Parts: sequence; structure tokens; C-alpha cells
Amino acid sequence: MLDGSDLAAIWLTVKLASVTTLLLLLLGTPLAWWLARTRSRLRGPIGAVVALPLVLPPTVLGFYLLVALGPNGPIGQLTQSLGLGLLPFTFAGLVVGSVLYSMPFVVQPLQNAFEAIGERPLEAAATLRAGPWDTFFSVVLPLARPGFVTAGILGFAHTVGEFGVVLMIGGNIPEKTRVVSVQIYDHVEAMEYAQAHWLAGGMLLFSFLVLLMLYGSRFRQGWRG
Amino acid sequence: MSGLSNDNAIRARFRLDYPDFSLDVDLQLPGRGVTALFGHSGSGKTTLLRCVAGLERSGRGELTVNGEHWQNNAQNLFVPPHRRAIGYVFQDANLFAHLSVRRNLEFGMRRVASAQRRVALDQAVALLGIDHLLERMPDRLSGGERQRVGIARALLTSPRLLLMDEPLAALDLKRKSEILPYLERLHDELDIPVLYVSHSPDEVARLADHVVLLEQGRAIAQGELRETLARLDLPTAFSEDAGVVVEGEIASHDAHYHLTRLAFPGGEVLVSQRPEALGQRLRFRVHARDVSLALQRAEGSSITNLLPARVEAMVAADTPAHVLVRLDAGGTPLLARITRRSADQLTITPGQQLWAQIKTVALLG
Repeated sequence: MLDGSDLAAIWLTVKLASVTTLLLLLLGTPLAWWLARTRSRLRGPIGAVVALPLVLPPTVLGFYLLVALGPNGPIGQLTQSLGLGLLPFTFAGLVVGSVLYSMPFVVQPLQNAFEAIGERPLEAAATLRAGPWDTFFSVVLPLARPGFVTAGILGFAHTVGEFGVVLMIGGNIPEKTRVVSVQIYDHVEAMEYAQAHWLAGGMLLFSFLVLLMLYGSRFRQGWRG
Repeated sequence: MSGLSNDNAIRARFRLDYPDFSLDVDLQLPGRGVTALFGHSGSGKTTLLRCVAGLERSGRGELTVNGEHWQNNAQNLFVPPHRRAIGYVFQDANLFAHLSVRRNLEFGMRRVASAQRRVALDQAVALLGIDHLLERMPDRLSGGERQRVGIARALLTSPRLLLMDEPLAALDLKRKSEILPYLERLHDELDIPVLYVSHSPDEVARLADHVVLLEQGRAIAQGELRETLARLDLPTAFSEDAGVVVEGEIASHDAHYHLTRLAFPGGEVLVSQRPEALGQRLRFRVHARDVSLALQRAEGSSITNLLPARVEAMVAADTPAHVLVRLDAGGTPLLARITRRSADQLTITPGQQLWAQIKTVALLG
């Protein structure tokens, strides 16, 4: 069965995924809106940067984050001068890594949702006296709701499933940075296959249910027309 | 010309250049009644309407509506669309899919200060006959119902100018005839100037008071409806569709023959019996192809509608075999499309008096 360290790892994972998803929805919404609407030449490069974690090995992202956040890196020097200390091997460091790593899984569904809304509802709102902010909250957000659901689920699930980035910048500190995927790795290394089974099976079930929720709700929307 | 004085009129001057299209118009339009922006697709009428609404930001120029300055690029003035007191009816209604009909209607209304509301929800709902639809979602409405909701939604912002972009174009004939009466009521009951984009001569003839003819982004003619439609020098006159619009008054009903007599300056016509009361005014269209000419009053003909008329001018028509003759029937302009051969046989010359035989008229209403 699950022991105390397993439960701690599960709790830490849920906490990390929740904080990361929340931050990503807050940061990803304006970014996705910009990507969906801008005609700037920066659209291509920024879109590509957001999508990088899709193709990069997590170790590459983790390595550069470690360097940048470390004592000699630019961000590390900044956090030190702000009195925040160093982020690697802390929960905050994990959050930073997870936000970057899961970014495309939140930004892309939002961007697609915004693009699908198109210009026309915005024009209707403008001719009905709604200013840009008003339109965003009263028309865009409700119309993009399926996109937000997808983005939230994918962002959460993908953060739960990360391993390489965590290992690179979080290490393996019980109750601080040891998430479920790392815990499974530890169990396997220690030949504790039974315990690995409980966690791994749990992850399998969780992932399946999440995807079922996603595709199930997509199906319902499609059916409702 | 009081309708064209500066604070009760629309001054619209726009220039816009796209790679494949340019718009260049300078219009002075009446600040009341229905003005039709008429032309073929690609003539720029929708673009012009979007410029007036402020939706087409690349349009540069000047726009003043009933004394309010909405745009003047020379002075760096551009009032964004949500601060212009317009109502906009989109070609396919463009309702918010996430809101019920009622919430769609309230969307604009709630954003107008209550002191400035001149159209009440109940009034708009009754005018467009949509009270039974209020709790429905837009995807449960027919095309005609959606369009009526779109019109009511625009009216509820109490606009100073109503912009309608081919509100009937997406509808079939049956739905069209379902909406037209509502548009006429709008015209009769609310004193809001309307810019009405259309490519249908029948719609324009039925609804408009004033016409702007657009071709390739230029306004090639504008003026009072009947005068403009009867002009010979305009390309629309050279199509098979040439014709005039006449407004008549119901003078009598003939119960025996089921006919109604419509009187207008210069004469009268008989049409199939109408339900309207005596004195009611009706518009009808007389297509040039339905008017023939005779030197004498024809006896023993099945054509009952005969009007004395004077020839004003004659030009080539859409085919080499035909000519268009402009007539003055006691103050009412008429167009006749006859063969060149007939014109020669009758020796048609300006000033000549003859008889116009009207085969059939198309009642608009």
C-alpha cells in the first residue's frame, strides 16, 4: 500500500499541478489572446518559443533553467538581489520549471479557442456599445469556455506527468520537490516494485480518467452542435 | 433641402485602398428616412457601411452624423465603434451564441444610459413579433427569426443611425416576405435614419426614400428614389431590370371584378384586389419591359392600364435590339423598353405625346 512518503509525494504533485495550472491560465490567457489576434512579426518567433517544450527533451529545458536560476545565472542573481534566495531545489523553482514546461498545453488550446471565435462576435459587441475589456469578459471568455476547460485539464495533467525537468531543477527532496513521478523512479531503483505498482497504476488510472473527461466533453459539445 | 442642412444630415467622405479594391466616396445624405446603398457585390457598399460604423479602421476621411463628429483623420479624430450611437444589423444577424434571445436583446440596451433609452424592450419585441422567442437560444431560431432578433437588438441601443447590411440577403423568398413588413413598420413608426445596403432592386424600391448607387467603390449617382431609378444615364437602367417605382393611393375597390384602383399623379392603374383600406398608400414597381407605347389610345385590347405620357428622352438599352424611353406621365416618370424597330415605326421623338400601356405592375407590399 501507499506509505507516508508516497502520500507526501502525491500531495506535493497535486499542489504543484494546481499552482502551475492557475499561474498558466493567468499568464497564458493574455499571451494566447495576443498570439490569436496580433499581426506583429513577433507572432511567429513567440509562438515557436511557447511550443519549444513540445519538442525539447525535458533535460535540455531543465539544464538551461538550472543554469539561469543558479547562483551565476541572470535570474539567480536577480532573485538573490531581491532577497528571494536561489530557486533550484525549491518548490518555487519547480513551479517556474513546470510553468515553462506545460506552457504550450495551456496556451495552444486557448489560442485555438480565441481564433475560432473570430472577429464577428467582437464586432457585434462593439456595435452594441461594449468596449474592448467589456467584450473580453462578456463575450470572449464565455465563448472560449471549452478552450479554458481543455487548457486547464491539459496543463494540470501534463504537470502531473513531468519528470525530467523536475529531476534537473528540483532534485529529489522529500516533501519539497519529490513528486510522484520521481517517487516511482525511486521505488524502482530500490527494487520496491509493489509500491511502484500502486503509484504507477494510480497515475495510469488518473491519466486515463483525465483524457476520458476531455474527449467525453468534446464529444458532448460536438453532439450538441 | 432642410433635410440636408449640416446638423441634420450625414456627411461621409472615405478613402480606402486595398490591393484589389479601393473605395473613394464623398456623400451628403439626408439625416432621416431610409437611404439605400445600392450596387452589385464588390461595389463597396458593405465596406462603406463598415466605415460608417467604425469597423473598418483603414478607411480614412471624415464622418459627421447629425452634427456629431465621429471621424476626421485630418484632426486625428476616430471615435471607436462602441462610442458611436449606431445600431448595426449584420447580414446573418451575428447573435451571441452563448446568450438567450432575451440576453442578446439586453446586451446593448444595458450598456446605454437609461436616460438615453428611447426604445423599450417591450416595444422592440412587439414591433418585430419576437415575444415568443425570448427564452430560446440563437441556434434554435430560423433564419428569419434570427434576423428579426438582430434588428430588435440593434434598435434597443436607441441608435441615432441604423446601419443594415443586406439583412435579407441570407434568407429565402418566403423568409424575406416575412421580414419586409417589419422593416416597413420600422420605417413608419420609428424616426431613426437608416443606411440600408442592398443589391436587390425590389427591396430598395420597397423600402428606400433615397438611393446611392455604388460601382467599384465610387458613388455614381444619388438622389431621391423615384428620380434616381428613372434616370436613363445610369448603368442599372441598362439592365433587363430597369424600371421605376410609383407610389399610389387606393382610390376604390371593385368587388365585382376583384380589382383595386390605385391613383397617382398623372393617372391610375388597376391591380388585383388589395386588402388595404381606401386612402392607404402603396408602392409599386413598373418594369420598363412591361411598358409598351402606342400613338393612339388602344381600343379592344386586354391591357387596361393606359396612361397618356410625353416622351422625354431615348437611349440604347441593354441589347442592340432595344431602346429605353423615358416618359413623363403627368408628373410621374416612367421607363419603357421597346424594340428599336418599334421606336422607328412610331418615330419616337422628345416632346411627343403618346399612350403608355402598362402590362403589369409589381406591388411592393
